[in-house]
Amino acid sequence: MMNRIEDALRAQSLALELRAHRQSVLASNIANAETPGYRAVDFDFARALRAALARPGAPLPRPQPQAEAQPAADGNTVDMDAERAKFADNAVRYEAALRALNGQIRTLLDAIRG
Amino acid sequence: MSLARAFDIAAGAVAAQAQRLNAVASNLANAESAAAPNESPYRARQVLFEATPARDGTAGVRVAAVLEDPAPARRHYDPRHPLADAQGYVTLSNVNVVDEMINMVSAARAYQNNLEVMNTAKTLMLRTLNLGA
Repeated sequence: MMNRIEDALRAQSLALELRAHRQSVLASNIANAETPGYRAVDFDFARALRAALARPGAPLPRPQPQAEAQPAADGNTVDMDAERAKFADNAVRYEAALRALNGQIRTLLDAIRG
Repeated sequence: MSLARAFDIAAGAVAAQAQRLNAVASNLANAESAAAPNESPYRARQVLFEATPARDGTAGVRVAAVLEDPAPARRHYDPRHPLADAQGYVTLSNVNVVDEMINMVSAARAYQNNLEVMNTAKTLMLRTLNLGA
């Protein structure tokens, strides 16, 4: 019984975990926007979620350096506008995953309470 | 928890940018500081940022060093100045005021950006606390 409840919530909770991880990856890029030689990193959320669903207990994906059109003279490849946009987008999607998970929990609670 | 990590990274970056802003403030304050002929004048201080990578691929930032600008000191002809040398030149700091103003605006913008990251992370963490309620 407990397993079935966990299975019902698994997809959304994995999505939430990956969104939170991506949020800290993007925060790294914003924090290092002026660090000489820093290369902006990110990971593909959809692919990471597919991998996590296929293989439970897999470690969080490692972010990879992103191809950048115009590195700065000091070798930094952070594009602040793009990072801010991605950060805001990821925050909204985190909240979306949170609401979906909340909805599932409420449905389960309703079923339990009858 | 990853969101707390995002919060920590941004907090570290805010502190680093504040230190840079401090350096700018002392440079601008000492832009016109003169030195006696046998003393060394004020040298502009520049902070050097360094990424602090963690095992999960995220990276914070810290101030690796505060370097003194090796540029030569400014010399200004003013024979009536009390600190003028035998030729009538006063030795001033090597602060470039235009560079410092640019540095200041850039540090302030970076500070704001990281503050916003902290705010977003905080909001998301608070929402997460309400999960299931």
